[in-house]
Amino acid sequence: MATTLEINGKSVSVKAADDTPLLWVLRDELGLTGTKYGCGIAQCGACTVHIDGQPARSCQTPVSAVAGMKVTTIEGLGGYHPVQQAWVAADVPQCGYCQSGQIMSAAALLSEKKKPSDADIDAAMSGNICRCGAYQRIRSAIKDAAGIAAALPAKA
Amino acid sequence: MNAHSKTIEPSRRDLVVGASLVGGALLVGCSPADLLAAGAKTEVGAFGPFIKIAADGAVTVISKHIEFGQGNHAGLAAIVAEELDADWTRVVVEQAPANAKLYANLGMGAQGTGGSTAIANSWDQLRKAGAGARGMFVQAAASKWKVPAAEITVRDGVLSHKSGKSAGFGDLLAEAAKVAPPEAVTLKDPRTFTLIGTDRVRRKDSRAKSTGAARFTMDVQEPDLLVAMVAHAPKFGAKVKSFDATAAKAVPGVVEVYEIPTGVAVVANDTWSASKGRDALKVVWDESKVETRSSDQIMAEFQAAGAGKGPKDLKWVPFDSKGDASKAPDGEVFEATYDFPFLAHATMEPMNAVARVKGNSVSMSFGSQAPTIDQLNAAKIVGTLPGAVKIETLFAGGSFGRRANFQSDYAAECVHIAKKVGGGRPVKLVWTREDDMRAGYFRPIVHHNVRITLDKDGYPAVWRQRIVTQTLMKGSPVPPSGGLDTSAVEGSLGSPYLKATPVVDAQLALPDVGVPVLWWRSVGATHTAYVMEHTIDQLARKAGKDPIEYRRTLYTRAGAKRHLAVMDLAIAKAGPAPAGLARGIAVHESFGSVVAQIADVDLSGAEPRVGRVVTAIDCGTAIAPNQIAAQMEGGTCYGLSAALYGEVTLKDGAVQQTNFDGYRVLRMNESPTVETYILPSGAAPTGVGEPGTPVIAPAVANAILGAGKPATYRLPFVRSV
Repeated sequence: MATTLEINGKSVSVKAADDTPLLWVLRDELGLTGTKYGCGIAQCGACTVHIDGQPARSCQTPVSAVAGMKVTTIEGLGGYHPVQQAWVAADVPQCGYCQSGQIMSAAALLSEKKKPSDADIDAAMSGNICRCGAYQRIRSAIKDAAGIAAALPAKA
Repeated sequence: MNAHSKTIEPSRRDLVVGASLVGGALLVGCSPADLLAAGAKTEVGAFGPFIKIAADGAVTVISKHIEFGQGNHAGLAAIVAEELDADWTRVVVEQAPANAKLYANLGMGAQGTGGSTAIANSWDQLRKAGAGARGMFVQAAASKWKVPAAEITVRDGVLSHKSGKSAGFGDLLAEAAKVAPPEAVTLKDPRTFTLIGTDRVRRKDSRAKSTGAARFTMDVQEPDLLVAMVAHAPKFGAKVKSFDATAAKAVPGVVEVYEIPTGVAVVANDTWSASKGRDALKVVWDESKVETRSSDQIMAEFQAAGAGKGPKDLKWVPFDSKGDASKAPDGEVFEATYDFPFLAHATMEPMNAVARVKGNSVSMSFGSQAPTIDQLNAAKIVGTLPGAVKIETLFAGGSFGRRANFQSDYAAECVHIAKKVGGGRPVKLVWTREDDMRAGYFRPIVHHNVRITLDKDGYPAVWRQRIVTQTLMKGSPVPPSGGLDTSAVEGSLGSPYLKATPVVDAQLALPDVGVPVLWWRSVGATHTAYVMEHTIDQLARKAGKDPIEYRRTLYTRAGAKRHLAVMDLAIAKAGPAPAGLARGIAVHESFGSVVAQIADVDLSGAEPRVGRVVTAIDCGTAIAPNQIAAQMEGGTCYGLSAALYGEVTLKDGAVQQTNFDGYRVLRMNESPTVETYILPSGAAPTGVGEPGTPVIAPAVANAILGAGKPATYRLPFVRSV
């Protein structure tokens, strides 16, 4: 069964079977490999994408469940999202494998909370594992990103 | 763009000797690197194997070392850029192909990354490479401008002469490429460095790793690519007895099912189909030769061995011995045993590889940590020369030791499948998290038995230590010299505390266990740092002395000036201990660097919670301070994760933890804040990737001890505290 959904602003029709996790549709069928496989059971957050603006684990989301919905992946952030700018400036990544998921979780947090507290960051980010242990740079980069976002001109 | 490329072809003699090596013959008169590189075809440009310069003057530094988080690509590029006087903003890094001769780790004699050696072994080599290329440009400019070479200056990729003449690397590329590389180069006086040691040395891959663009093995996509998953044995040592692939082959997308030495491989058009196909397989395993012990049983056997009640034929190898321990003086005795569990590396990217096999030619793309070993193993499977195995090394999503494996386990598995598929068709082997965690290659179980007789002042007079663990060197092409596997004792071996003790009797036993084990970030120090540092705090308290002053006395006796210096630096930066928190210190040398940490720990909750960690490191010349700090931050988290939670258990030989729900790792809400202070040094650079890992566990244990609570003799803490 073909499923139609909106990915990074474009309407896409995919061929994958209904039970196929969104993660594998993104990666194998659509070639959007920025979203990563880490655990397959929603424990590590490497596969985090936004579904209708909310962070979600694409490894546990059957493609049929997101028919007609808006999916944003790391590729859809555009490369210069405040979170991405802050990440590069702070040299957050080490191996880098978890960072797409970290960035998607952080971007979702900032869209909810303009100036997140440490407790907000703990709550929003503790589902994303980083085995390199870049946590303290992630924390400080989220705060930096909040500053970058605050300095942006308001959208018309 | 590469001026004047030439291809280094193997000579007929190389092919003969290389073929003999594959057959296991001993050859005299050829260097191992020559043999291992036989069959390689690697393009080398005019500026040598490490530097390419483009027509626009941009510089590419070729890294012989894999980047899987350590930040070594930044440091390696900075070494070249410094001596070349390149424009740092126009330097990029490219991963070298597999070539055991051109790209050997000079500390290993073959190509590989590990032991925190990337920067240390490359230091002289890359300085000379950068200075040599710089010399070629200077000579080209001198000839063109008809001025003395000594009057030419180079800065940020631009050559200048006082006459006003000036040209960039790109402008002079053709002329410089024709200049013979200088036979001798003059390296800079480190006091004149403008890049090395500054905060300008930053990662070159942060943007790619923040946009999803960085290419990992998992991301390899090629026309006709097949995805393979393998049904692996449920216990170590099991073999396939029989299997029924009928249902698996009926899964849409599944292409074929093959038996391979490590299990049954399902090959499909995409990952999800491969996964469903594997689920549908029915495999019967021959478990006649499996390891059936539980981890508790293995630990109990190690404990018995450590107490002198092990098997009679268990071989003990002394690793430090002085004086006569049998004539122990009278004095108080301190006795302790320490137990360390199996640990998984649990890299974020589970093991995977891409291979293409056509006849006896093979090419691979993956995060190859030890390309020469991977070439040897792949060559054996397809029947070719090791050097002829092409490996494109990609970014890897962490390793922590997991990807440097004498058996090349997952890479070899991929080659077996690609050989079955044949025709050069690319096959991507994907391991799930469960495959990865069940595959073993753990940090082994380790047991220490320590008995220390104290002198009248409370300092060690006799240090008796027994270490029982599994060897990491099984399958190594080079057996440990003198029969001592130093990877199991490093950190106790070489400890300033043993140097300061008059009588030492320290021995190692390595019982055979049927669980594959491997180095794990910081290797021997993962347990020796804990035993030495937690023991010392207990001895100090037993003697009624301050643990810092107690260490100071022993370091002074041992002449351990670097230990003293980093300890003092950490103390000065830490300031007074905050009220309400427990504070612990630990100091340990590993991979040539000495690290001191002071950890503030909140013990008010159910589990210890580590807050501020002040870290001081002496790693010789600091090339990339920002990345040294990153490694201290990350290394501390990695060590703390294991210390607090890390444990793989076996029941009847089967691994019980298969994913992050069972194998708990450190998360954001549990992570410390690490401050890093680098001791100024003019010495050659030493390790950074691993030395930050082993110090936090004893620092936390010492904080708990200092708070009046019992010592911790078994890790992880969540099991003991």
